[in-house]
Amino acid sequence: MYKAFLIKYGEIGTKGKNRYIFEDMLVHQIRHALKKVEGTFDVTKENGRIYVEGTSEFDDEDAINALKKVFGILWICPMLQVKDEGFDKLAEDVVDYLKTMYKGKKMTFKVMARRARKNYPLDSMGINMAMGEKILDAMPEMTVDVHNPDIYVNIEIRSRINIYTELIPGPGGMPVGTNGKAMLLLSGGIDSPVAGYMVAKRGVKIDAVYFHAPPYTSERAKEKVIDLARIVTQYSGPINLHVVNFTDIQLYIYEKCPHDELTIIMRRYMMKIAEHFAKESDCLGLVTGESIGQVASQTMHSLLVTNAVCELPVIRPLIGFDKQEIIDISEKIGTYETSILPYEDCCTIFVAKHPVTKPNKKVIEKSELKLAEKIDELVKTAIDTTQTIWVE
Amino acid sequence: MKKEIYLDNSATTAVYPEVVELMSKIMLEDYGNPSSKHNKGVEAEHYITQAKETLASILKCDKKEILFTSGGTESDNMAFIGTALANKRRGNHIITTMIEHPAILETTVFLEKNGFEITYLPVDSTGCVKLDSLREALRPETILVSIMYANNEVSVVEPVAEAAAIVKEYNPEIIFHTDAVQAFGKYRIIPKRENIDLMSVSSHKLHGPKGVGFLYIKDKTKINPIIFGGGQQKGMRSGTENVPGIAGMALAAKMCYENFDEKIEKLYELKEYFVGKVLEIPGTTFNGKRGHEGTPHVISISFENVRSEVLLHSLEDKGIYVSSGSACSSNKPALSGTLKAIGVKNNLLDSTIRFSLCTQNTKEELDATIEALNELVPMLRRYTRH
Repeated sequence: MYKAFLIKYGEIGTKGKNRYIFEDMLVHQIRHALKKVEGTFDVTKENGRIYVEGTSEFDDEDAINALKKVFGILWICPMLQVKDEGFDKLAEDVVDYLKTMYKGKKMTFKVMARRARKNYPLDSMGINMAMGEKILDAMPEMTVDVHNPDIYVNIEIRSRINIYTELIPGPGGMPVGTNGKAMLLLSGGIDSPVAGYMVAKRGVKIDAVYFHAPPYTSERAKEKVIDLARIVTQYSGPINLHVVNFTDIQLYIYEKCPHDELTIIMRRYMMKIAEHFAKESDCLGLVTGESIGQVASQTMHSLLVTNAVCELPVIRPLIGFDKQEIIDISEKIGTYETSILPYEDCCTIFVAKHPVTKPNKKVIEKSELKLAEKIDELVKTAIDTTQTIWVE
Repeated sequence: MKKEIYLDNSATTAVYPEVVELMSKIMLEDYGNPSSKHNKGVEAEHYITQAKETLASILKCDKKEILFTSGGTESDNMAFIGTALANKRRGNHIITTMIEHPAILETTVFLEKNGFEITYLPVDSTGCVKLDSLREALRPETILVSIMYANNEVSVVEPVAEAAAIVKEYNPEIIFHTDAVQAFGKYRIIPKRENIDLMSVSSHKLHGPKGVGFLYIKDKTKINPIIFGGGQQKGMRSGTENVPGIAGMALAAKMCYENFDEKIEKLYELKEYFVGKVLEIPGTTFNGKRGHEGTPHVISISFENVRSEVLLHSLEDKGIYVSSGSACSSNKPALSGTLKAIGVKNNLLDSTIRFSLCTQNTKEELDATIEALNELVPMLRRYTRH
C-alpha cells in the first residue's frame, strides 16, 4: 500500500555544523539495512528529511522491520506518494487513503499541509481548510479537532505529493559510525550482546572478541556466539569477531595461581588481549556487559582490579542495570533465546566455589608474578592464532 | 583432514552407499506417489511392497504386520497412545521400565496427564529389568507392557521373551511392546516366538536413512492410528509414504542381516578387546554387561574425575566421535536416566562416555582411540573443577 517512507530523526538535528555528517551516515545505514529486504530502494536526503522510496515491489512489513533497527531514526512514516494532478484528484486520493486506513472509525483529525513547492495554487492554510471539508463530506464519522486530534493528515506538496498519517517509532539513538569504534568482549551470556547493542545505539561501531577454550568449551558454544553477534549486527552493522583460543592461558593460570583468584586473573588477561585487538583496529574503548555486583568478578573491587590492566576506557553500558532489566532488553532485541542455550563458556569452567569478591590489586599482581615464565609467550600465541570472522 | 573414527553408532550410522544409490534413483526417476493411479504410482507402490516383503522375511511375519512410520519416536508414540486409546475401556494401567528412551518416557508423561496410570519397573545394577517386579506390577486393568529390547546408553539386553511370557500368562489380552531401536540389526528377533505384539524400529541406526522406521503390529492387535489424513497404509498411518526412505531402510536391513552371525561375533570381539584395554586406565568403570550378556555395540565407561563433555571434545579434536553418557551442562544438569537408574554414583554421572560400534569399525580405529584415551584422561585429570 505504501510506496515510500519519510524518516524523521531526532537528536541529529541538534548537531549544528556537523549535522551533515550524521545525516549522511544515517542515509548510509538505512541503505545498508534495506539491502536485506527484497526489492530496490532509493534513499535520499532532502531539506532535513530522509526519504525512502521503493523503486520496485517490496513488502512493507519487511521494510519497516529493517528500518526499526536503524539507530538515529525517531519516526518512520509510511507514505502514499501521488503525482500532482490538481487539487480535486488529490482530495480523492487523500479520502481513499483515509478510507482504507480508518473507515468506520470515529476519529478526530487535523490536516497538516506543507507547501514546499511554492508554485502550488493553494497555500498551506488553504489546503488545510479545503481538504478538511472534503474529508468531512466523504467521511461523516470523522470530526475535526485542531488541538488534540487522533490523527494528523499530513500532506506535503513537493515535486510529488506525499500523504501520511502514521508515525511508527524507530529505535532512536544515533547512526552507527558517527561515534568511532569500540571492542566488545562478547561471551555467550545474556549481558554482553545487550552491552554491544547499547553502545551501537549511541552511534558506536563495534568489533568483538570472544574467548573460547576447547576442549572445555564446545564448537556449539562458539557457533552460539557467532549467532549472537549476527543478531547484534542487525543493529550495529557488520562485526569483526576475533575468536581467541584461551585454553592454554587458562590452564597455566590454574596451575600457577591460587584458585580463588583464577577468574579475576583470567579477566585481566582477557582485557589485555581484547585491548590488543582494540588498538590494532583503531577502537577507542572496550565494552563489557558488566553490572556492579552481579558476580564475584563484577564487584567494585573486582572492576577496579580488572580495569587496571587497560589503557583504553572500559565502557560498561549495563553498569547500573539489574539482571531483569538486562533480560528485558535482550528479549526486545532478540538475543535472549540464543543467550540462554546451555553451553558452557570459558568463564565458568574452572570457577572456584568461593572466588574472591574483594580482590586486592597488589595481591593479584603478586600472584601474577608466578606466571612470569611463560605467560607472555602464551598471550602472544593466543593473539597470533586468533581467528577473525566477519559477521554480518 | 584427520582420519575420522566414528564411535557414535548408537546415535546414528553412516548410510550404506548401496542404500544411497537406490534412494537417489527413486528420488530422481521413480518419484511417483504410491497412491497415484498411473504407472508412476504403481512403480512407487512396488518399492513399498518389496520393502514390506524384505522386512517381513527378516521378522518371519506377515507383510501386513509392518507399518511404516517416521522413525523410532513415532513408532513408540503410536505403540503407547494408539493402544491406550484403543484399550481404555479395558483398563488404564501401563507398565514400562525406568530406562526407556524419552520417546517412551515423555509419552507416558502425556498419558499420565490424560488419566492413565504408569508403573515404571526398576532395573538392577547392570540395567537388567527385574522380572519379579513385573509380576508384582501386573493388574487386571493393565493394558500394555513395554520393555525395551536393548538399552541405548549401557550394554544390556533385556529378558524380553521371558517378560512377554509372564505377561501373556497373566492375561493374554495385555499388549506387549518392545522398543527395538537399538536391537534390530544386532539380534535376530522373531516377534511371534517372543510373544511380542508391537515392536519399534528405526532405520538410521542400521545404516539406513533418517526420518523413517516402522512399527511391527501383530495381526489383530488392538491399536488406533494417531495420525489422520488421506488414509494411506489402510488408514493406520496417513501421509504419503516416504518411498525412498522405506526402500532404503529395507535394503539397509537386508544388508545388516547378511553374514549376520559373523559380523556380530566380530563386534563382540571388538567390544571385549576395547573394554579390556580401556579398563586398564585407572579410575574407570564399565557400565552394563560384559560379553554376550550385553549388546555387541554399546560400551559405556565412566572415567573418574574427568568431565565427559570435555573428554568428548578432546577426542573430537583427534577426529574421534563419541557421545557423553549424559547430556549435561553447567546451567542445567540433564543427567541420564539409565545411568541413574542402574545406580551409577553421582560423581560419575557426568563422567561417562558412550562408545558405540558398528561393523565397519576396525581394531586399528579402536587402538587409536585407546591411545588417545591413555594420553587425554591423565591430562584432563590434572585440571578439575573444585
